[in-house]
Amino acid sequence: MTQSEMAAPMTPRNDVGSEAVIVAKDVNKWYDNGFHVLKGVSMNVYKGEVVVVMGPSGTGKTTINSTYNELEPYQEGSIEIDGVLIANDIKDIEVVRREVGMVFQQFNLFPHLTVLQNVTLAPIWVRRWPKAKAEEIAMRLLDRVGIAEQAYKFPGQMSGGQQQRVAIARSLAMQPKVMLFDEPTSALDPEMVREVLDVMRNLAKDGMTMVCVTHEVGFAREVADRVVLMDGGVLVEENTPDAFFNNPKEERSKAFLSQIL
Amino acid sequence: MTTVSSRPVERSAPSVQKTGPLAWSQKHLFNSVFNSVLTVVLVGVIGYALFNLFTWALTKAKWAVVTGTFSTMMSGLYPSGSYWRLWFILGMVLTLSGLSWGILARNQKKLFTTPPLVGIGLAALLLVLLPMTRPYLLYSLGLLALLAISAVVGQALGRKVPSAGTYISGGWFVSYFVMLYLLGGNTFTDSMLYTVVAQIGLGILAGWLLSTLITAATVTTWLGRLGLLALGYVVGYYVLGNVLYAPLVGLGLSYSIFLILMQIVGVLLGVLLIWVFSDAQTLQTIGRVALFLAGFVGVFALMGWLPKQLGLEFGLETVRTNNWGGLLLTLFLAISGISLCFPAGVLLALGRRSKLPLIRTFSVAYIELVRGVPLIAILFMGQVLIPLFLPEGMRPDSVVRAIVGLTIFSSAYLAENVRAGLQAVPQGQAEAAQSLGLNKPLTTSLIVLPQALKTAIPAIVGQFISLFQDTTLLGIVGLSELLGITQDLLASPKYLGTYAPAFVFIGAIYWVFCYGMSFGSRRIEEALNTDLR
Amino acid sequence: MAKHSTKPISGLRALFRDERFWQVAFQVIVAAVVFAVFSYLFGNLTRNLARRGTEFGFAFLKNPAGFDIGENMLGYSTANQDSYAKVIQAGVINSLRLIFVSVITATIVGIAAGVASFSDNWLVHKISRLYVGLIRNVPLLIQLIFWYSAVFLAAPQEANQFVLSAFNTNFLIFNNKSFRAIGPGLPGEIWVGLMLLGLAALLFGLLLNSINKLRQGRYAAGIAGVIGRLGSVAVIVAVVVADYFLLFSNSATDNLFFKGAAIALFTNPEGLWIVGLIALAIAYFVIGNVRTKAIVEQGQDGKALLGVMGAIALVGFLVFILAFNWNAPVIGETGRASGGLTMSIRYLAAVTALTFYTGAFIAEIVRAGIQSVSRGQWEAARSVGLSNGKAMRLVVFPQSLRVIIPPLNSEFANLAKNSSLAFAVGYPELYNLANTSLNQTGKPIEVFLVVMAVYLTLNLLISLNMNQLNQAVQFKER
Repeated sequence: MTQSEMAAPMTPRNDVGSEAVIVAKDVNKWYDNGFHVLKGVSMNVYKGEVVVVMGPSGTGKTTINSTYNELEPYQEGSIEIDGVLIANDIKDIEVVRREVGMVFQQFNLFPHLTVLQNVTLAPIWVRRWPKAKAEEIAMRLLDRVGIAEQAYKFPGQMSGGQQQRVAIARSLAMQPKVMLFDEPTSALDPEMVREVLDVMRNLAKDGMTMVCVTHEVGFAREVADRVVLMDGGVLVEENTPDAFFNNPKEERSKAFLSQIL
Repeated sequence: MTTVSSRPVERSAPSVQKTGPLAWSQKHLFNSVFNSVLTVVLVGVIGYALFNLFTWALTKAKWAVVTGTFSTMMSGLYPSGSYWRLWFILGMVLTLSGLSWGILARNQKKLFTTPPLVGIGLAALLLVLLPMTRPYLLYSLGLLALLAISAVVGQALGRKVPSAGTYISGGWFVSYFVMLYLLGGNTFTDSMLYTVVAQIGLGILAGWLLSTLITAATVTTWLGRLGLLALGYVVGYYVLGNVLYAPLVGLGLSYSIFLILMQIVGVLLGVLLIWVFSDAQTLQTIGRVALFLAGFVGVFALMGWLPKQLGLEFGLETVRTNNWGGLLLTLFLAISGISLCFPAGVLLALGRRSKLPLIRTFSVAYIELVRGVPLIAILFMGQVLIPLFLPEGMRPDSVVRAIVGLTIFSSAYLAENVRAGLQAVPQGQAEAAQSLGLNKPLTTSLIVLPQALKTAIPAIVGQFISLFQDTTLLGIVGLSELLGITQDLLASPKYLGTYAPAFVFIGAIYWVFCYGMSFGSRRIEEALNTDLR
Repeated sequence: MAKHSTKPISGLRALFRDERFWQVAFQVIVAAVVFAVFSYLFGNLTRNLARRGTEFGFAFLKNPAGFDIGENMLGYSTANQDSYAKVIQAGVINSLRLIFVSVITATIVGIAAGVASFSDNWLVHKISRLYVGLIRNVPLLIQLIFWYSAVFLAAPQEANQFVLSAFNTNFLIFNNKSFRAIGPGLPGEIWVGLMLLGLAALLFGLLLNSINKLRQGRYAAGIAGVIGRLGSVAVIVAVVVADYFLLFSNSATDNLFFKGAAIALFTNPEGLWIVGLIALAIAYFVIGNVRTKAIVEQGQDGKALLGVMGAIALVGFLVFILAFNWNAPVIGETGRASGGLTMSIRYLAAVTALTFYTGAFIAEIVRAGIQSVSRGQWEAARSVGLSNGKAMRLVVFPQSLRVIIPPLNSEFANLAKNSSLAFAVGYPELYNLANTSLNQTGKPIEVFLVVMAVYLTLNLLISLNMNQLNQAVQFKER
């Protein structure tokens, strides 16, 4: 289905919750130099759903992801996270940022802190948990992503795949309602891509709501509930993975798929 | 199938290993015609210069200007009866330094590697050579031993207690005010130097203690409400009152009714503020701010008002700042200047990178204006102009004026160095911190600033070294720090004209401190890097 | 945007929770505080000045200054009742004299020491490191006073002055009052003219910068852009006016006591020769570039043009030797020396101290710059057949300039400001004279403003021109 054919955003599939965690309506964004990077994008993400966003570079897929946690502002339209509108209200922004976790392409771990400190920093300072509780939860998360034994090392002493897993644990420590992934494996050596994708797969299985910007077709086919194609700032096509990869409807989808498949 | 070459490989004898001084000098000094000539010429010139230097130092130089005035050069006109205070300060500083050194080196296996041992050995040798009387020499050597012992203790502490660093930083902070008190003596009720500076420091300490110790939610919430009420009242009564005084009373309103009206306005404003900022977290934050302010103001009240009421006399003899001189004054000026210009510089750097146009303009204007003017102009004009900008009768200490001048100047340069460090922190760090929910102040203080400062350490220490060297300018502005007092001594008939020995001596003192600082900065950099690797 | 958040908030509370409100409010608060502080200070100032009975104003500049200033190049003397304005200008010229010469000598010393630290001669390497490590860590003021008191003042008295002579001419005469050497005998106004020419050239850089900004439109949008454009136009006008005065002022004009550079150069025979030399130098470089282009693009061997360049150099050399009245110092009957290129001990001490101190910092900058060029560049240059010297000159050094020029910028600015320290040895540069004027007139604010304005302008000129140099050596990157 295309944007133009949709009267309303897609309904979720049956085993996914029907409450929408992210509701984006007609979002428009211009850069400072006047470039219209997001053109009327509407998207719903439901609880427990895994949405994979694909598309050529520079077409707004990272930007739309960044608007979901107010890292980038938007000028027109509306975005609600768990019912809270992203606007200029300081309190609302804080709430949104706590509830939305983000994993970056360049990991962005804090190099001057140990792995454990990286993970416990936000819970201690933002959610105001006592140190013991934060560390306990942090160790559990590090165990979940498979690097509990590295807790006292510094990011600079670890490989890319390990660092990205720490980044995932760091975001999970805040117990977000939705996790945004911005090309999490693009900066990794091929042999480390798999370990990160495994973590993400497990995360999806545990019911986390995820929006992933990625080129990993295999991951999309296996894990995604929905695949969205963004091109030129517009949401071109939105469909289940099978339908999207095997039977793309739009011309641009076909062109894109012919390049990556 | 492998092919084997039919011709046997010729083995030549291994070349003779060229070692030994002859071989070394051939490689490094005489490896080409040009270099050989250069070496010969340089050896000749240097030999001649060194020979002359040593004969001058040992025969012609009149070292009496140093040996006879050593204590004056060290501490100016400080009364000798109070020297014990200076020794105490020195001991305190060395102990803290040793502890800091130990804590920084906590991950090293061996504390006393060759460089520190060499340094301590050299220091001991120097002390023996310096013209000090016997008891002072013993004290000095004792202090050196104290440094070594506290380093060992510091390393042990650093390994056992994780937050030892914070305690030592607190120790340094308190030590400054202890030093101030010991230097100046009983002047709490007198000079501006103490009533402002010491009270500010202790006020910060008291306020911080109060606000971190009292954290019960209900207490802080109610204090927050009280604080907002007080704020509203003050704004309404005093500020609005001043603004509305002229029009309202001019219109014929009686004064007493005006006062009552303003008080009601104040209370209403306070209530309005409480209603606006009514969620718990804000109130608690405001409550803690109120606690801090209470502690701060309380110290002022206690220290300024109480001694007068009780007629107390602290037992230390007053030593006015115009009796401080020599190396003592140089060190005091440098330490004060460095401590003040660092936070000021960081604030300016942050201001310059702020997105708010007014803040950025102010910061840029300040930095560019101050960086364009020579320090001597700022210092001298400071001495002359500061009294003009203050109300009649307020004549701040010339030492205070000097510190203000040094701070204003250095903070602008430091701001540029910190700004370079801030620019080196990747944008992704701030993005990651914000995506975790950290607000702007937390992001800056926990994530961006530590990384920026670590990158900027060489430049920052370079600026500190500059500041230390700039204290010499105060000698020609009238203060009797090391250079100034030397010039005074050289003007007296007894030591007239013996410039060379005196300047070689104080030049050496400055060199030791500056080189020590740059050496220390390299070590700190290495220590921080090994921490992270 | 529709406001349908889950919690209905009333208008005022929403305002206090709005990010944009606090951004504006914070700035307003800061502005109010700053304004309050300034008005308090300023109020005190006016009250105190009123009590002193002095008024703010620059009229005192016309009054005769009653004090002697020692060496100066504008012919100031108390006998002529010369005014404070002339004092200030004499001070500026003296400062420029110090700064221009020290910049050149310090750069030479710094580059030499920096390159020397890469020498494979152990002794040379160690000496350069020792020099830097020693000089950088001793305050400039101490070195300055040391040079003056312990070295130059300790020179032999006039009666036993040191004379270096050969072939019946004295090459050098050195006593504890002055230093004379064989040198060009140019009238004072030509030296002043050259300095003013240098200043005008720096101002020209400012002009170019503003013109470029206007042409490229590098301004923010909206009001800030309009203000920026107006500012650039104002700067252009100011520079043109200033350059006019620097080049064409006649000392008959009110308040300007120097002869403009163009007038000085064109009304003196030596000046005309200097102009000729400059023209020859320009021709030399232009032909050099043409020759390089011809060799590179057309495969010519460039011998003819090399001959032309050689001829130009020879002519220039002859002009330099013959046209400038080189004279040697002579010792008269009373034993006093006269003639030759004369420098006072104070000036010499200041130049020496500044040269060595700044040179040490420049050496470190040059060393860091050369080190920053990766080894691979050396290896690549050698592997295409360039000799060591050519590799350094054509490949490594140009790349190191990228890293050298920004810190060099601040080093030169520091030198300009450190020149004010020469007042400690009595050299009558600007700060020294301003200080005396301040004491005599009792007008600290006005004098301070003048001093600040001069140093700020100097700083601006240095920084802008170095920034343009910086742009020129940057790589063109994607």
